[in-house]
Amino acid sequence: MTPPTSTFVVTPGGASVGGSQSARPGSEPRRRPRSTEPRLGRLVVRSMVVIYLGLFIALPVGAVVRMGFRKGLSAFGAAIVNPDTLSALGLTVQTSLAMALINAVMGTWIAYVLARVPFPGRRLVNALIDLPFAIPTLVTGVMLVVLFGPQSGVGIWFDGHHLRLMYARPGIVLALLFVTLPFVVRAVQPLLLDLDTGQEEAAAILGASPWRIFRQIILPSLWPGIRTGTLLSFSRALGEFGSIVIVSGNIPRRTLTAAVLIYGEIESGHPEAAAAVSTLLLALAFTLIVVVESFHRKAQAGHGIA
Amino acid sequence: MASPSGSVAGSGGGSIVVVWSATDSGAIPTSAPPRLLAPSERPSPRPRAGARTWQRWVGRAFVLGVPLAYLAVLLVGPLLAVVAGAFADGAGAFLGAVTSRWALHGFAMTALMSGVAIVFNTVFGVAIAWTICRDRFPGRAALGGLVDLPFAVSPVVVGLMAMLLFGRQGWFGPALAARGIRVLFAWPAMALVTTFVSLPCVVREVTPVLEAIGVNEEEAARTLGASRAQTFWRVVLPNIRWGILYGIALTAARTLGEFGGVLLVSGGLAGKTETATLVIYRHLEERQDQAAQAIAVVLAMASILLLLAMELLKTKRDRDLDSAGRTR
Repeated sequence: MTPPTSTFVVTPGGASVGGSQSARPGSEPRRRPRSTEPRLGRLVVRSMVVIYLGLFIALPVGAVVRMGFRKGLSAFGAAIVNPDTLSALGLTVQTSLAMALINAVMGTWIAYVLARVPFPGRRLVNALIDLPFAIPTLVTGVMLVVLFGPQSGVGIWFDGHHLRLMYARPGIVLALLFVTLPFVVRAVQPLLLDLDTGQEEAAAILGASPWRIFRQIILPSLWPGIRTGTLLSFSRALGEFGSIVIVSGNIPRRTLTAAVLIYGEIESGHPEAAAAVSTLLLALAFTLIVVVESFHRKAQAGHGIA
Repeated sequence: MASPSGSVAGSGGGSIVVVWSATDSGAIPTSAPPRLLAPSERPSPRPRAGARTWQRWVGRAFVLGVPLAYLAVLLVGPLLAVVAGAFADGAGAFLGAVTSRWALHGFAMTALMSGVAIVFNTVFGVAIAWTICRDRFPGRAALGGLVDLPFAVSPVVVGLMAMLLFGRQGWFGPALAARGIRVLFAWPAMALVTTFVSLPCVVREVTPVLEAIGVNEEEAARTLGASRAQTFWRVVLPNIRWGILYGIALTAARTLGEFGGVLLVSGGLAGKTETATLVIYRHLEERQDQAAQAIAVVLAMASILLLLAMELLKTKRDRDLDSAGRTR
């Protein structure tokens, strides 16, 4: 995540003048703990941690995957490839993609405004961004239905224009946008704050329009953050339940998302089907984590150059 | 960095190269390779100053207005709407709803679940963070991935996990039932689910602080004859205390709102195994919208308070991180 810190100034003659910033304090090789032979205390803590995580995380995941495949691969396939499940998965992916797209644009925009455009109340708005992480997702659903539901003024107005917000797809996207708002903003903001403004100032002096400065100078440095934030918000959206169950109406094959489908399958006594869909969601989420981690590592190795 | 002698400034990060010729009175940024411009290539004169300020004003209003309007519609509007809804029947109705038998029991259950999760996640979270940062053994990297998993798992899937392990036909269910221990559809399963979903909170906050402070102080303490326990309590813990507190606040915020998982494992016994979110859900199903909104407002206010506490803790933690960066 470390953004580029060194800036090269090349004179017209071609001579290169090195970085404009001093060497980073952490440039010395990092020191490893002194002792390499395991001590008793260290072994106790280590085994406690490994057993705890194994029992608490690996075992439950194993239980779900095993239940998903309990009746064989074909049963697993049949649980996934049926109209209800496929439509739920399709809806989940579509709404999550729509959310990710809007979030990438608006998240970057919000981060830019918070980092670069001074306005009264900026600190308050900045604190507001974290609200969706703190507010219970069920409460999010309740809030959205109160404002946009068919009994509210806003909902009635939209209904009059033949646009259903709640208990339809726009409501799901709206809920996902609320819940995942901080991801892109908080991934992009530190990159913006660390960015050397010298290039922007130079470009502005040279007469570049603000939009051109943003597109050609700022945006390329923000890509790693936008990518990470968008992927994380997408991963979060795939499993969202609390807000969706309130705003979507949960109509099978129309507004029933994967997480709500899993809930329904459990409640109606089909743990195998629930476990099969859960396994699929787990695999997707885990793949996304691995992808984000690999970006992260690459960025650290290459000092954040996109 | 804009040296008056005229220079070509390239970026270390992107592919942008700004060409600036010292002899030109005008200037042009371009993404082409560095080169000087022939006089015939010079840009056309700028628009008049008056037009530019007007344009700039509109541009600024647009850049600032769109995201603020977005936040107002998405965040602030719904929040105000639910507060208005909760007080629609007057303050008395609001108070009645949030002090009803169901609501009070729900708040107590939520507090209990949060408490259990905070204790477990703090103790084990610090141990996990320490192992990730300070210990070296094969397979250590996998721990980091495992720790992050709960944030990626849908809460409903977490509930399913608990059912598969502790249900009547689950892996441990029969053995526990034979000893008369009830886990599923009772508070132990709810506590397990709540602890699971908030497990990464403390680990994620403590790990970067531990990484940043390095091992120098710890080694110094050890060299001076402190035992490992003394080193931990007197050197490590004071350094990571704000990180831990921030993680605890995160855990509290996360557990306060846990819904999907506890919905599955609570069994929905009204007034016995209901957390606050479950009470809201039942009120909604019973079409008591005002009561549901009233409790929702209380939860929202609690999370806003936690958020404020976190803002304060963040400043303190960042100061710790900064001083660690300076003295290293």
